[in-house]
Amino acid sequence: MALQMISVRGLEKSYGDVRALTGLDLDVAEGSVLGVLGPNGAGKTTAVSIMTTLLRADAGSVSIAGIDVAEEPSRVRSIIGLSGQYAAVDEHLTGFENLDLIGRLYHLGNKAARVRANELLERFHLTEAGSRPVGGYSGGMRRRLDLAGALVAKPRVLFLDEPTTGLDPRSRNDLWDVIRELVANGTTLLLTTQYMEEAEQLADEIVVIDSGRKIAQGTAETLKTQTGGDRIEVRIDSELDREKTERILASVAVGEVVVEGRVLSAPVSGGPRALSIALRNIDDAGIDLSDAGLRRPTLDEVFLSLTEAETHQLKEAG
Amino acid sequence: MNRTRLAFADGFNIARRNMIKVRRVPEILISVLVTPVILIVMFAYVFGGAIDIDGGSYREFLVAGVFAMNVVFGATFTGAGLAEDMQKGIIDRFRSLPMSRSAVVFGRTASDVVYNVLTLAVMAGAGLLVGWRINTSFFEAAAGFLLLLGFAYSISWVMALVGLMVPAPEAVNNASIMVLFPLTFLANTFVPADTMPTALRVFAEWNPVSAVAQATRELFGNIPAGTPEPTAWPLQNPVLYTVIWMVVLIAVFAPLAIARYRKVAARS
Ligand SMILES: Nc1ncnc2c1ncn2[C@@H]1O[C@H](COP(=O)(O)OP(=O)(O)O)[C@@H](O)[C@H]1O
Ligand SMILES: [Mg+2]
Repeated sequence: MALQMISVRGLEKSYGDVRALTGLDLDVAEGSVLGVLGPNGAGKTTAVSIMTTLLRADAGSVSIAGIDVAEEPSRVRSIIGLSGQYAAVDEHLTGFENLDLIGRLYHLGNKAARVRANELLERFHLTEAGSRPVGGYSGGMRRRLDLAGALVAKPRVLFLDEPTTGLDPRSRNDLWDVIRELVANGTTLLLTTQYMEEAEQLADEIVVIDSGRKIAQGTAETLKTQTGGDRIEVRIDSELDREKTERILASVAVGEVVVEGRVLSAPVSGGPRALSIALRNIDDAGIDLSDAGLRRPTLDEVFLSLTEAETHQLKEAG
Repeated sequence: MNRTRLAFADGFNIARRNMIKVRRVPEILISVLVTPVILIVMFAYVFGGAIDIDGGSYREFLVAGVFAMNVVFGATFTGAGLAEDMQKGIIDRFRSLPMSRSAVVFGRTASDVVYNVLTLAVMAGAGLLVGWRINTSFFEAAAGFLLLLGFAYSISWVMALVGLMVPAPEAVNNASIMVLFPLTFLANTFVPADTMPTALRVFAEWNPVSAVAQATRELFGNIPAGTPEPTAWPLQNPVLYTVIWMVVLIAVFAPLAIARYRKVAARS
């Protein structure tokens, strides 16, 4: 089994009355990517802050590469890189000066810091902008510079807190490419996001958190099947066929058939097979369709259904 | 490398970064280089002609006072700079680095010494132009400048703590007007204390800024001949009195400021 690079157990944190984390567990194996997905206020930043030594937990433990963050924060700091939710760059310094300063503060030595700064500027397509003060950078450039800052000391474990929030789609895609490249080189990555698509694109495994704890875990694929799975959706030409179609769909469905005007949909398991049976029966009955297909839930729907179920449970409990 | 050396290196790199910012933010450069010159010239010509001092030149008397006032006010940069840093994104980067926890504060007070060196250099130049002269040896003059820098450094630590306590950088300016203005004006910076009403005079005599001004005047040879000997102990021993204040201020405020920085930076 691969080494656990990040191991989080029973993490709790409150800000006064606000319970930000209520018993969070996480594991990330060396060289893998964990996507932590959760809505605003779910506790993502709080969790990342604790894992990166910036905040102390009320209870629970975190170890990074086997080192306890509460006991040896400076050793942890020297093997991790963090790019937080808001770009941690100095507006008045140039891109180069920012990275050079970070390298010096990592005690790389002045010459090595300089070399590393130039290396990273090139890798993040900032060489040209590198001699200009950061105050004039776009949001995407700042993000890239901040990510470069997180990589100065070649960390073994990288934390990215909502790396693409607020970026336009193009900058987002650019940043995704950079992140994929890092991961291909073996960096262990924990990434938080509010976007299902981002987690699906980048992460090996996804943990969904809400109200400070884990509510689901798995690959994008398993999460999709866990919550509802596929649906057959057909559109009938004539209103008169509605009842007959509904009966046919009900015979292959695993749940209730939903009718909305001329569109009927039914949850099924074993999607493609159920679809072909249903279509054959509809055809045999002489019903004309203007559209038919198998719909898999988008991850956003999965996410919504998971967080809604959670809210519902909480309401019932409290 | 051992921890102390690393801490020094970190402080140096932070100070270096603060100095780079001076080049990019013209307002700082103006406050450091232009305002002091304006003050020297203004005081020299506005008050210089109107006030007479027995047996000496008021301008010579005045310049050391303006020196003292300016370096004390320079400490505002320390507070405002730290307050600003704490608000900006870069502090989050510093917090995640394996650097010395006190480097941000040490580096800030160190870069302010550089500001003060620049300020003193241009003020001395302006002073010479309006007729101020050093009438003593090189070593005494150097001691005068060192004393000014040292005292300013100790005030920097006070303002560092203020900067780390206030919610926004602007509040530092208010605090500095409320504290540093009375401190620099209720003193012998611009006029001898003897003519003040008793309560004020006693305050002025024991005010460390008066001692700084008195000490530098002595060290530059700017005390007019025939000036009566001061009667208050601090003004009779201005160098010693200033050094005591320096040591006490640093001993009290440096640990407080560093502890405060750690607390604010930890945010827990
Ligand atoms: N410094 C703070 N003081 C008080 N409440 C906070 C603080 N930081 C976060 N919170 C609260 O804790 C909860 C979790 O916040 P956060 O970890 O920032 O979530 P996320 O990053 O997932 O949006 C939210 O309810 C938020 O309002
Ligand atoms: Mg957040």
